[in-house]
Amino acid sequence: MHEMSIMESVFDNAQEACKSSGYTTITRIELTFGEMTEISEDSLRFAFDALKEGSPAAGAELAITVLPPRSQCLECGAEYEHDRFSVRCPECGSVITNLLQGREMRIDAIEAQ
Amino acid sequence: MAHLDLEKPLLERNDRLAAENKARLTAAGVFMVDLMASPGAGKTSTILATIDALRENYRIAVIEGDIASDVDSQTIKSKGIAAVQINTGGACHLESDMIARALGVLDLDALDLIIIENVGNLVCPTDFYLGEDAKVMILSVPEGDDKPLKYPGIFQISDAIILNKVDTAPVFDFDREAFLSSTRGLNPTAPVFEIAATTGQGVAIWTDWLAERVEKKRRALS
Ligand SMILES: Nc1nc2c(ncn2[C@@H]2O[C@H](COP(=O)(O)OP(=O)(O)O)[C@@H](O)[C@H]2O)c(=O)[nH]1
Ligand SMILES: [Mg+2]
Ligand SMILES: [Zn+2]
Repeated sequence: MHEMSIMESVFDNAQEACKSSGYTTITRIELTFGEMTEISEDSLRFAFDALKEGSPAAGAELAITVLPPRSQCLECGAEYEHDRFSVRCPECGSVITNLLQGREMRIDAIEAQ
Repeated sequence: MAHLDLEKPLLERNDRLAAENKARLTAAGVFMVDLMASPGAGKTSTILATIDALRENYRIAVIEGDIASDVDSQTIKSKGIAAVQINTGGACHLESDMIARALGVLDLDALDLIIIENVGNLVCPTDFYLGEDAKVMILSVPEGDDKPLKYPGIFQISDAIILNKVDTAPVFDFDREAFLSSTRGLNPTAPVFEIAATTGQGVAIWTDWLAERVEKKRRALS
């Protein structure tokens, strides 16, 4: 479960931001993941529950946004959303494409008090 | 109550250390390949076959990422090849700080190629960049032709895909066309090498592909 090490990074970032801004409690954590990553939301929430006990984020709400994959075709220029299973350009059928969105793993923001 | 914007990549530290690994390897002219697969797919067997094919022309070391044992690194060492064991202590994938430590105990100036045997897993290693020049995955025939559709991520991010144990295809009812077609959909550009690591079948096409890249990296130095 690699979500545990990802969640450790979430806590490191969140606690650092909370502390350096002079707050003591984290009430909300906002994350974004691209659908092309191997992150499972269930495992993330499991890791969150396991790590939050006794931390400044013990009572925090976890908000997760999942971004669908988007690519640009390098042959015809079309930009399109697609699923995890095929990146092929729907306009011209090309496989020479560039992934624009879908591999994100990001902490966007926290709310603290 | 305050809303604090962070906008930070979660694997920033891992990616930064990976870039440092890459810079060290580039400075020494060493090519590093990360082999990923399920347990038993044939990572160690493929590494042994690769060593046999390339040891005459290239100086090779192996980094073994096992959850707990050092069986594989003992096998490699018994062939007279440097092997560093990383015990992940239960972790399901390698991270770049572990590779940094392993590189620290290898004499990079005396090497051309480092092969990493990642932890046996088709999911977790996918999102972790280690500073390698190529990520290569191995699927073995007994695992089934539907695996690209169950584990799309690893097929997508691999620079080459090895289908191992092709000698067992008659026994396992493996639909080669279905496998190739779903693999192409996920990753149109990666070559697919069909091999049997233990018999040597097809191995040369894979090792030629690898040798070409090792050579190029070494040449870039001089
Ligand atoms: N029939 C056959 N067996 C293989 C082949 N490659 C590996 N094996 C066997 O599969 C088992 C697991 O191989 P190993 O290399 O240890 O897999 P690893 O766990 O991925 O490192 C061993 O018993 C190997 O002998 C192959 O090409 N054909
Ligand atoms: Mg092994
Ligand atoms: Zn197109």
